[in-house]
Amino acid sequence: MPQPRRKTGNAERETEMIMKHAFSSLCGVLVAVASLGLTTTANAAGGEEIHIERHDWTYGGIKGQFDPIQLRRGFQVYQEVCSACHGLVRVRFRNLVEPGGPEFDEEAVKTLAADWPNQIVDGPNDEGEMFERPPKLSDPIRGPYRNQQEARAAQNGAYPPDLSLITRARGVHNDAAWYIHVPQMALDILTGYQEGGSDYLYALLTGYHEPPEGFELSEGMSYNKYFPGHQIAMGQPIPEEGAVEYQDNAGATMSMKQNSEDVTAFLAWAADPSLNQRKQLGWSALVYLLITTLLLYFAKKRIWARVKH
Amino acid sequence: MSSHESSYEPKSATAKWWDERLPLPRLMYDQFIEFPTPRNLNYMWTFGGILTFCLVAQLITGIVLAMHYIPSGGEAFDSVDRIRRDVNYGWLIQPMHAVGASMFFLAAYLHTFRGLYYGSYRAPREILWILGVFILLAMMATAFMGYSLPWGQMSFWAVTVITNLFSSLDQIIPGLGTSIVQWLWGGYSVSGVTLTRFFSLHYLLPFVIFGLVILHVWALHVCGQNNPTGIEIKTKSDSVPMYPYAISKDVFALFIFVIIFAWFMLFLPDYLGHADNFVKADPLVTPPHIVPEWYFLPFYAILRAIPDKLGGVIAMFASIAILAFVPWLDRSPVRSTKYRPIYKWFFWLFVFACLALGYLGAKPAEGTYVFWARVFTFYYFAHFLIVMPILGSMETPKSMPGSITEAVLGKGDKSATRSAPAGAPLGAPAAPEDR
Repeated sequence: MPQPRRKTGNAERETEMIMKHAFSSLCGVLVAVASLGLTTTANAAGGEEIHIERHDWTYGGIKGQFDPIQLRRGFQVYQEVCSACHGLVRVRFRNLVEPGGPEFDEEAVKTLAADWPNQIVDGPNDEGEMFERPPKLSDPIRGPYRNQQEARAAQNGAYPPDLSLITRARGVHNDAAWYIHVPQMALDILTGYQEGGSDYLYALLTGYHEPPEGFELSEGMSYNKYFPGHQIAMGQPIPEEGAVEYQDNAGATMSMKQNSEDVTAFLAWAADPSLNQRKQLGWSALVYLLITTLLLYFAKKRIWARVKH
Repeated sequence: MSSHESSYEPKSATAKWWDERLPLPRLMYDQFIEFPTPRNLNYMWTFGGILTFCLVAQLITGIVLAMHYIPSGGEAFDSVDRIRRDVNYGWLIQPMHAVGASMFFLAAYLHTFRGLYYGSYRAPREILWILGVFILLAMMATAFMGYSLPWGQMSFWAVTVITNLFSSLDQIIPGLGTSIVQWLWGGYSVSGVTLTRFFSLHYLLPFVIFGLVILHVWALHVCGQNNPTGIEIKTKSDSVPMYPYAISKDVFALFIFVIIFAWFMLFLPDYLGHADNFVKADPLVTPPHIVPEWYFLPFYAILRAIPDKLGGVIAMFASIAILAFVPWLDRSPVRSTKYRPIYKWFFWLFVFACLALGYLGAKPAEGTYVFWARVFTFYYFAHFLIVMPILGSMETPKSMPGSITEAVLGKGDKSATRSAPAGAPLGAPAAPEDR
């Protein structure tokens, strides 16, 4: 793979990140205390309850933001593992350069796009023929298959879905009793928890096991604790020891958990690339609204002081 | 319009010119500045303004979204995704519209419960109330069709399930239901054709709502507002002018509401939706749980509580239609639940039943969920058909104050009906309650 370089001005960002982390860990402690005893469960087919852990995502909660370093590692995992079968067509190469994402260097992404194994069908040319060409910055990140039929033919009938929206298209089903479920909903709203899709995906990637005794696995299928019905056509993508070795300055070392966490974060960004901007706006909006509301309250109080009510 | 005399005096030559030709400034002045509002209104009376805000916000964001949205079976899903990714501020406007629908219903339900608690449907406000029921119905139709537009899995299957309900009419006249369903679909199954017509209607209906809202506000300004005591305005001291009193309160409440709106829109845009709707519609794959948006859950629970398909459909529509008859079902001599010691408990039981039905609507229709859905469905209807008429004529209301002023200031307070509070701030209109 090409070696996308880090942009300059990282010192500033790093200070910012440290402060953000300090704040989010404080929030994390408060949330952890408040959520003692509350559990999230996923209901797999067959009715038994499967517990899906809530992961501590950098982009979780009302304060969370994507960590560009992690997204770069995540992209590397996508490129070296997932892209063998899965496309990412709603994401364009240029998005990899934009702020709020992995923020790769533009030249590096140009090279990356030019070397991408899956070509873009373009045309017709002057002779009226369709032709294939390497992707440009404005092109989608294509997977290896041109359509669902080709994918199924190559994958033994299974269809590897496009991953562009995968973390938003999956979720954790809360099956707790109402007296747990309802307070938990309130808590989730107050803490801004909507990372169920990421939690599920991480659980899925790390949830491959030997099938329990008596479980009949169809041919070509793998056992996964968290997949509905436990039979998944995708073989274990990231083995126990990890699949993708990072560069020395990537800030993490290879392991199944690290690879899975990073690629999940990357896919969460792919599904919701405006998250950073949206949450930043959220804080500005809240500050503005709270101040204005307070002023309006005093105005109202002053006006109503003229009459008994 | 309403009983109060117009005190509008055009101040400039232009204003006078207009006043003699089209007295729109006079109308606005009389109805939204000078308009007498009961002095004892609480914060539950601020939802009218909030709902107007919601409607306008939905219209504006909706019109912008329609500029970028492509209503076709093949492209709808992709176009919504493109709006979020590539349209300038699309990432903001799309959740504003989607979350806005939820906020609209939140406010509408609170507004409705307020009307039920304080008897705002009682004479002479029957038409005002019934217009409100029509607005609620139109909102539901609009929201249902709007939810189909992203053309995700849940959109597609919600349309399939809900339009299929009409096929139950086959039980009455064979073939009738099937014909209606095919007419709605524009074919033999839910398809892009269905989506395109839903888009057309989704664009039309908000303007119908807008018209109904104008009638609703007109009717309100003819009868005047109800208030927590349920006693009409009798003397000038019972009311304060809308501006600045009611307005200052409305705007403050609106901002509180906008904070909640912004919280969901900017921190939790996906929370109120379903993950399945981020999967493109696929007629060949049925999602494991087909669940409507939260604001339809109570009605969905009622639908599924009845073992018979046609019966369920009738019950579901009846649960909204019955609201229109409330003005005549309530037999109590007093309006406000505040003075009804027994009914008060039943009212809160009704609120609980609605919330419980909402919870049960999200659960699979099996086991104890069905049992409880039936219990609460029974109470939902019993509240209107049994409790309201019977309890109304049996219950002895608590003693009521003679007027709004008396309710606010107590009986002996003479300043209630007289003017000039000594310490009024400089520049304040002298004794507004006396105007």
